[in-house]
Amino acid sequence: MKIPISWLKDYIDLDGLSVEDIARKLTLAGLEVDEIKYAGLAMPEYKDGEKHEFKTSGIAWDKEKLVVAEIREVKAHPNADRLTLLDLFDGKESQTVLTGAPNIFHLKGTGKLDKPIKAAYAKEGTTLYDGHAEGLQLMTLKRTKIRGVESYSMVCSEKELGISEEHEGIILFDDDAPVGMSLANYMGDAVLDISIVPNMARNANVIGIARELAALTGRELKRPTMDNGRRTKKSGQSSAVNGQSVTELVEIEITNPELNPRFVAGLIRDIEIKPSPYHIQRRLRLAGMRPISNIVDATNYAMLDIGQPLHAFDYDVLVSRVGQIANLSHKIKIITRAAKDGEKLTTLDGKERVLTSENVLVCDESGPLAMAGVMGGAESEVTDKTRTILLEGAAWNFINIRKTAKQHNLPSEASFRFSRGVHPAMAEQGVKRGLQLMAEWSGGQIAPDLVDVYPLKPKDPTITVTTKDVKRLLGIDLTAKQIAELLTRLEFECKVEKDSVKAKTPPHRLDIGEGAVGLADVLEEVARVYGYDRIPETRMSDSLPPQVGNPQHEWEEHARDILVILGLQEVVSYRMTSPERESRLVSFDEYVALANPIAPERRVMRRSLLASLLENVEKNARAESISMFEIGSVFEPNKNDLPNEPRKLAIAMTGLRTQTAWDVKDSASFDFYDMKGRLELLLSGLRLSGISYTPTDSSSLSAGFLHPGKSAEVKINGQSVGAFGELHPLVKEKYDFEDSPVIVAEFDLDTLRNATPTYGIAPVSEFPPVLEDIAVIVDESVTAEKVEGLIKQTGGKTVTRVRLFDVYRDEKIGAGKKSLAYNLTYQSEKTMTDAEAAAIRTKIVKRLEHEVGAKLRG
Amino acid sequence: MLDKLNEIEKSALESLRSVTDSAALESWRVSHLGRSSALMTVFAGLGKLSKEERPAVGSGANRVKVALESALEERSKLVKSAALAKSLEEDALDVTLPGRGVHVGRLHPSTQQLRKVMSILADMGFQIYTSREVETDEYNFQLLNFPPNHPARDMQDTFFVEAEGRGDNPILLRTHTSPGQIHAMREYSAMNPDNPPPIRIALPGMCFRYEQITARSEIQFNQVEGLVVGENITFADLKGTLADFARRMFGQHARVRFRASYFPFTEPSAEVDVECFVCGGKGCGVCKNSGWLEILGCGMVHPVVLQNGGYDPARYSGFAWGMGPERQLMLRYKIDDIRYFWGNDLRFLEQF
Repeated sequence: MKIPISWLKDYIDLDGLSVEDIARKLTLAGLEVDEIKYAGLAMPEYKDGEKHEFKTSGIAWDKEKLVVAEIREVKAHPNADRLTLLDLFDGKESQTVLTGAPNIFHLKGTGKLDKPIKAAYAKEGTTLYDGHAEGLQLMTLKRTKIRGVESYSMVCSEKELGISEEHEGIILFDDDAPVGMSLANYMGDAVLDISIVPNMARNANVIGIARELAALTGRELKRPTMDNGRRTKKSGQSSAVNGQSVTELVEIEITNPELNPRFVAGLIRDIEIKPSPYHIQRRLRLAGMRPISNIVDATNYAMLDIGQPLHAFDYDVLVSRVGQIANLSHKIKIITRAAKDGEKLTTLDGKERVLTSENVLVCDESGPLAMAGVMGGAESEVTDKTRTILLEGAAWNFINIRKTAKQHNLPSEASFRFSRGVHPAMAEQGVKRGLQLMAEWSGGQIAPDLVDVYPLKPKDPTITVTTKDVKRLLGIDLTAKQIAELLTRLEFECKVEKDSVKAKTPPHRLDIGEGAVGLADVLEEVARVYGYDRIPETRMSDSLPPQVGNPQHEWEEHARDILVILGLQEVVSYRMTSPERESRLVSFDEYVALANPIAPERRVMRRSLLASLLENVEKNARAESISMFEIGSVFEPNKNDLPNEPRKLAIAMTGLRTQTAWDVKDSASFDFYDMKGRLELLLSGLRLSGISYTPTDSSSLSAGFLHPGKSAEVKINGQSVGAFGELHPLVKEKYDFEDSPVIVAEFDLDTLRNATPTYGIAPVSEFPPVLEDIAVIVDESVTAEKVEGLIKQTGGKTVTRVRLFDVYRDEKIGAGKKSLAYNLTYQSEKTMTDAEAAAIRTKIVKRLEHEVGAKLRG
Repeated sequence: MLDKLNEIEKSALESLRSVTDSAALESWRVSHLGRSSALMTVFAGLGKLSKEERPAVGSGANRVKVALESALEERSKLVKSAALAKSLEEDALDVTLPGRGVHVGRLHPSTQQLRKVMSILADMGFQIYTSREVETDEYNFQLLNFPPNHPARDMQDTFFVEAEGRGDNPILLRTHTSPGQIHAMREYSAMNPDNPPPIRIALPGMCFRYEQITARSEIQFNQVEGLVVGENITFADLKGTLADFARRMFGQHARVRFRASYFPFTEPSAEVDVECFVCGGKGCGVCKNSGWLEILGCGMVHPVVLQNGGYDPARYSGFAWGMGPERQLMLRYKIDDIRYFWGNDLRFLEQF
């Protein structure tokens, strides 16, 4: 919401407050000023290194060099057809000013003007925006010659002064502009761009902001007089109210008060459609709206002024519509109702809208006239020929307006306000204000009275606030009188009774609830007006809660730490993917699918964490070495119920095992055993034991994407917790990977977390161990795990470490055979002799011979 | 004879002066102190000398031997230290060559920031509470005082999940971690429904908003919320606790301000700004010259939310606040593109 300071000053005295003071007060009270745009008022000057407070744009106007001037004659330029020379008086002396402005060109050569034209005059040396440049470029007026005529000054457009983008012609002031007055004093302004949060919708207008400022500063709010146009504010003259009462001409039927709690209509005759006064146009542009004509501008101005959107119908069109179906003897009947599905209306933007039952219509007896609260119809639109206006001010159900504006993609200043709720009391005030402005700007005659149908009044609840409530919830001590004083500033009607205040909601706001909710609503108002900054900072005095912790989270964080220590980079992927993306790795029949995805490639929730991880590997494929992991949820659909969100761990490694350097030229690539080594360390770090590695079951999910011979399933006490291995060559092909194998692992973290950890450590002996190597030849089919198991079993406690240090095959050993060489560490509770070690070794060799047909290698 | 000894000494010492390496040193030792050296020949010939001559020559030869030996030792030290100096010089490295790399693991920056936030909250007595990412409308909105079609829903554009027969309670991707507030309050109040215990929890996790993915907006982001519920919790406590938190997070001297704001699930609500930690409040690109950075939204828990969680608003009160770790990182590290976070480019991740 853009609020010009000059407009605010109509309703509150701001003397002694800088623009930044005003912006700060509003911001702290919940009306956040996003930006201050200066259009003439003095800008704050910051020394280098001094604190800024608001985002700021615009220019300040030089008080000496920019003045109101009058153009007395428009003469031809001797050497240029399209240029004119102005005979201009700046309040002190006459000047000759060169211009190409099209909006005074028609006066060229007409001699001395009967009525001089008032314009914004910039003297030599003024800094302004360059009207001809793209965007906002500053320039300074210098003495120069244009087509043989000296030029040193200019008359300005709004763009040159930083008021708007308007550069079609120069500014033509209203006739009462005082010649010679500094432009900054005449119309210097600044615009506050304010974010309006939903419960502040009542403040999306100038009076709303002025009311807030009045409450925050303790100053008086000066309301406009709106006595159905009997006395206009500016001129002080009475604008005529006469003729037949509108109540004799128009009747209103509301079919559903829930949709349309109130409908007010007024009438104005004998209007002349023309542009609004310049200062009104300027205000509208500063507020972000485009001036159209005095009548349309009056509806917009009244809306920006007090927050009630209005709609002007061409009354004569309504008469002729009814005339087609009936005699003119009876009143025009306005009917509001829900649209029928498929009903059509051509709106004033020329588009034919197909409506649904969620849209609300304003109709007459011959059919729809307007989409209520959103956009008028083309047929009854105000045109240059319009002479009589029927002005609508209504209250609409905000939900229907929201749905309608969304459905037809028609965001507007009106639907913005209606879709957040406008108090029905504003309808009457809005119509009065609109008629008053129309009369003032168009010379029209306001018809007596208003048609007002008001079937559903809002509650305007009365809330009781006690000093105890304030202490308990805000933590401050206020007397009932103080509380009442703060609320009265916001126009609550307050009654003080001992320690409590009964506060009645003022009839312009819909954000105050009832009961406990109303209490919270009102306490917020007390806190806001009192000032959040004045509430002290205290530490909580309540008792501490039960300690329950979060074992799952703590366990996962521990797992993350271990993975990082193992050299793996954590990544975090999008949860949203597509079945096609995942199907490179693995296919699922069902997904948790989004009803409104942002793009087809992000239309479902992921089912495979590894698929996401591999996309990250692919993106980084050029890196020399990649080791990544991710921990997170996948989403398993559950028909029309909430999905299951099991936690997963995925790991991927590819590229070089060791980083190359200027003297390390080569490194082997990561393979199966690099992954296995890390998994072993991860599982032991998680204190898990009873782990076995078996070739993957061909029926398992992961078997589909793993190399059948270079993959394994990981089991803990026989229960599968995950699988790992090299990516199947056919799967790898589908990705843009480099040559080295891609090794992946995927674990089900919920199963892993639920495995029972074993604690305890192996004692560290102070006696020297006996170290020995032993190599056995076995059949290829005998696994290393089997051999190691037998050694450990046979050696018992004495063999504290078994480390495979070589696997060897050659012809001498024989085809189908391999040699496995182990370092064995013997350790006992005393110094062990070689003979004792030899005895155990013999036992081990015999056992191996017996069980797996091993032969000791010489 | 003594003259000869003097001559031996003189020539030996002289030739020693030109010895510069250990091999020459050894050959000098052999030729001047070795068995067949002139000096040793003198010793060998002592027996052939007269009784009168022998003592003088003997002691003279000994003196020369001692002198030569000590000269040798001295020279040897010199040669060694010269050799060492030479080898040290020759072994000197180009210290500007890059060091050899190691594959190191790192946590994603979001995880790092979440941990930083959570460790401060843990110090302040907050326990971590996590809940699901796919939620119902009821938990994400309705129980948090966002009625259907409420304008506040505009502030949180939502991804909905395809599901049939859900009526007013569609399935959606949570737009904030706040559904956890209801889950937690209901769990806690179930412990003792007549006297529900106090709550102090931190709720971290991924949230989703229907946005176009641009440098400034993302479809998913982490959030951390804090929730306090108890019998004597005031807005002044909210201010004190969050100011404490902000100072731990952004610096002990950081200035903090509370601005009135609006959230459906809190009232009174506030937005907290901290003095820009990039420029110290002087105005810079990060704070858009305002001197302040918006870091969190907060407020007293709305009575409807307390009620929905099983806490009687007439007796209990509380406050809650929410903040975004990615936003904090963007401000702190001047990251101008939010897409870096889920882009997972190693060149980005390796900088944290």
